[in-house]
Amino acid sequence: MKRLLGGLAAGLLFGAGLSISGMINPAKVIGFLDIAGAWDPSLAFVMLGAVAVTAIGYRTVLRRGQPMFEPRFTLPTRRDIDPSLLLGASLFGIGWGLGGYCPGPALAGLGFGGLETYAFVAAMLAGMIAARWYANRQSTADGARRAS
Amino acid sequence: MENFTPLASLFGGALIGLSAVVLMLLNGRIAGISGITAGLLSFSGSVPDRGWRIAFVAGIVIAPLALVLLTGSRPDIAFVAPMSMTIAAGLLVGFGTILGNGCTSGHGVCGIARLSTRSIIATAVFMTAGIATTFIVRHLIVGG
Repeated sequence: MKRLLGGLAAGLLFGAGLSISGMINPAKVIGFLDIAGAWDPSLAFVMLGAVAVTAIGYRTVLRRGQPMFEPRFTLPTRRDIDPSLLLGASLFGIGWGLGGYCPGPALAGLGFGGLETYAFVAAMLAGMIAARWYANRQSTADGARRAS
Repeated sequence: MENFTPLASLFGGALIGLSAVVLMLLNGRIAGISGITAGLLSFSGSVPDRGWRIAFVAGIVIAPLALVLLTGSRPDIAFVAPMSMTIAAGLLVGFGTILGNGCTSGHGVCGIARLSTRSIIATAVFMTAGIATTFIVRHLIVGG
């Protein structure tokens, strides 16, 4: 139950941040990515504010032995720069440039009833399922190669 | 630069950072939207931490609506892409963020804040791809 409240509190803050910062608006995001057009640097300020607060906050929080509602911190451990990271980031960036939405703002826009937002989120979820299927197939194939 | 909103964007960004700190302090988790969302898409059996993921996504959806009630003004949400391109964009964003283990939040905010090399490289790649795609679509194809 406490973990639910942790998730809800963080989600509310995140959604408020996306709305206030203007990232909820795909046209504004495209305005940032369009450096050759009427460039709107606002998104750089979103990143600056978010990274600064997170960097300082993480320093303090991770000094604790454990989080408040869980026995331990769950942190990424991988350090390798693999082809999936580069291919995945490239495809994501192309999609971001095409639509002006990344996952957070698309979810934040769901409450406003735009058909484009529904279509984008449905396609995004389908893409996520496809990526999981693809990754599973890759790891099964790798396992088979190693076994043979 | 007529749409430039440095203060609102800086403040909104700080709230996103606060969200990441709160999720780490309370649940010990990285605030990566693509990973948290994809964690809900497993159809094989039960996901042990489904509850907080649903609560997190619900919070993201509810907060902008709550702000409308508080402030009386709706945020601008405008699309520059036609529907077919929006759907293609969704597929690419979904597939790419899972294949690359993160999006703007997980890599761009949390990962960079942790000085993760993987996240710094991923962010540089998706920013570059986003800027290049926007240039091609808006200046080479549409702009002529």
